[in-house]
Amino acid sequence: MSTRAGYAGVAVAVPVTVPYVRYSIRSAHWFIARALAALLAGAGLRKDEIDGVCVSGFLLFPDTAVGLMQHLGVSPRWLDHIPMGGASGVVALRRAARAVQAGDAEIIACVAGDTNHVDSFRHTIASFSQFARDAVYPYGSGGPNASFAFLTDYYMRTTGAQRADFGKLCVAQRANALSFPHALFKKPLSLAEYLDARPIAEPLHLFDCVMPCAGAEGFLVMSEARAQSLGLPFARVLATIERHNAFPDDPIQMRGGWALERDALYRQAGVGPKDMDLVELYDDYPVITAMQLEDLGFCEKGAAAAFIRANTFTVQGSLPLNTSGGQLSVGQAGAAGGYLGLVECLRQLTGRSLGAQVPRARHGLVSGFGMINYDRGLCSGAAVLAGAHA
Amino acid sequence: MTQPISRPKRKNPVLRTRQPVLPPWPRSRVALGLTAAAAEGRFALQVCAACAAVQYPPREACHVCLGDELPWRTQSGAGELISQTLLRHSHDIFFRERVPWRLGMVRLDAGPTVVVHLHGDVGAPPARVRVGARLDKAGMGVLVGFPDRDVPNMADDRQLREMTCDPKFRKVLITDGKTAVGQALARALIGAGADLVWVGHAEPWKKFPGLAELKELPQVSLVKLDVTDARSVKEAAGELGAKVDILVNNVEVHRAYGIAARYGTDVARAEMDVNYLGLLRLAQEFGPVMRARGADGQSSAVAWVNLLSIFALSNFPAHGTYSASKAAALSLAQCLRAEMRPAGLRVINVFPGPIEDEWNQLLPPPKLAPEALARAVVAALRDGVEDVYPGDVAQEWLARLRESPKVLERELAGG
Repeated sequence: MSTRAGYAGVAVAVPVTVPYVRYSIRSAHWFIARALAALLAGAGLRKDEIDGVCVSGFLLFPDTAVGLMQHLGVSPRWLDHIPMGGASGVVALRRAARAVQAGDAEIIACVAGDTNHVDSFRHTIASFSQFARDAVYPYGSGGPNASFAFLTDYYMRTTGAQRADFGKLCVAQRANALSFPHALFKKPLSLAEYLDARPIAEPLHLFDCVMPCAGAEGFLVMSEARAQSLGLPFARVLATIERHNAFPDDPIQMRGGWALERDALYRQAGVGPKDMDLVELYDDYPVITAMQLEDLGFCEKGAAAAFIRANTFTVQGSLPLNTSGGQLSVGQAGAAGGYLGLVECLRQLTGRSLGAQVPRARHGLVSGFGMINYDRGLCSGAAVLAGAHA
Repeated sequence: MTQPISRPKRKNPVLRTRQPVLPPWPRSRVALGLTAAAAEGRFALQVCAACAAVQYPPREACHVCLGDELPWRTQSGAGELISQTLLRHSHDIFFRERVPWRLGMVRLDAGPTVVVHLHGDVGAPPARVRVGARLDKAGMGVLVGFPDRDVPNMADDRQLREMTCDPKFRKVLITDGKTAVGQALARALIGAGADLVWVGHAEPWKKFPGLAELKELPQVSLVKLDVTDARSVKEAAGELGAKVDILVNNVEVHRAYGIAARYGTDVARAEMDVNYLGLLRLAQEFGPVMRARGADGQSSAVAWVNLLSIFALSNFPAHGTYSASKAAALSLAQCLRAEMRPAGLRVINVFPGPIEDEWNQLLPPPKLAPEALARAVVAALRDGVEDVYPGDVAQEWLARLRESPKVLERELAGG
């Protein structure tokens, strides 16, 4: 196996969030514009000092990233558009870090945002992909709830995981969300409330399902030297991976691309799962969190339930997990859902959490998971980040 | 186990009739191969001509070898249910009105994993299932997971009944009771559980063979219906239109000969007046009111059956003008199908080979017995298919037509 070059000299800085709302009459362009403005303000930069832009958003159509540049009056010499849903954040980081290393751009704004009109989620899932339109949506039109219900049903039956195991994750994340100002869910959640919630797509119940909303997230990628000269706190990139359409012959998804790339990730990072001070896993449904705990090496395959029972996941817990509350408690702002964990990890590693702070956080793991195209999520990504003083 | 459905109560005319809505119908062009096979009652998947890989969802290239020759091949449907869900929430109006809705994920023995509408009699996973293709209310091919073995009352499954046109507890109009086919249809539909069967006759003052036996059937009522008379059709529709769930248009005029052997247009005009314009008159009068009842409860208006002929697909010169009238009727039936689709009503076209009757006397056997034709119509309703080719002759013509329409035309010209 070839040895991948590291990310020495790359800094990730200025985590920003455009506050989430359940519904908005604004467009995705508005949310991305606000994120870009927040990045400039946070870094003290003029718009023309940004020479690279990486964009993700489901609802930019009929525009793409390039149309958005004219919309926003930006003239980057490096531009990328990453339509990978929940993996967008990690993948944007990978692309931008290499561009900065290579000198193709000096300061890259990575932004993801989406709006949510009252009817837009239905339109999104009805035409999400060719396979979804041909072979999923006509079957009950349950959207991702139905797809993840299949995975959850299979996972529970074959591993013995119980609803209460998933509930423990959801309850802990809600506790984390209570101190995070942008979380849309502000009420404490008890395990009893989780278990008693109404069924949505059995075995999934209300609190298993992520809530679509509007919002945006962003961060800047530049050289460490540049970050230091701007006086910006930053995190470093120790390792990243991505893998798409992994294990296509598995009859049903029980693992993602992380399982193929995990060893490469930790080898490149020089640290392992036990070294992580916090973990931000992609959590549109808790079964995916369980799968990532396994695939990313926190426990054996099929053993996530036992791992969940043996650990605690609040900011003060044995494994601080989704420290801002994750999508399940903050909300899923379209493609920004793929940035949420990365932006939160940056805040924690730079000691600037908006909510509860993980003490002395040095290493953080961020994962992404995106695009249920037919029967499974296709994009997997992960990154290991380190605080500047790790 | 599926509970048998019961006879619906009399409809309260004061209550609003629910408007028909359809499940999502948009599909890519390549995915319509599933619909094309399902319209004939077959479950077919793309099979790569180069490497024999079976694939689903439908694609533009083989997912194994990237080959692009991907013929649709009939599948056994055997597989294992590996996962299930019961939807309590849907983003679509059709399903929102019908939740809870059971879905499954099936690993086919042939390879692919398929998402299916799951029959209520399939056990919890893991369970052996048979996957079949059906047309849904929108007329689009969908996959259904059935129990491995037949069980009682299978057709009464609530979800399945949304995809079929089962005659059980439905009210049927057969447009012509004078023929052996019409009488066989009445008996078969009653045998399939039809609640009421109205049987048309154009000349009620005349007696015809079988009339007495027909009248003895308690479900049967005779109605005056002359499809060549616009007023007669209008009156019948005014009286029955709002009650008919299944309309079987079997009325036809059939005479032998082509162009040279019978001079003039009188016979051809009579054939067109009944076979083509008769369908048009019926469709104009019964169509709108049936469309309005496309979602009228458990026994909604559901199907329109046209008795066409295999001769509609390629002219049989010995019965040349009849073939032409049936070809015209087929074309109109396609128009009717398009217009009925928004209401979820299925238009079923039946293409029999020569029927065992007076007008096919000179044609060699095998000829289709009226009872066999009636059984085929009932099966088509139960399975909810769109196109039926009953009998050996029809099947053979269809195979020849599909192989080469031009070769068939030359063969038929040879007599």
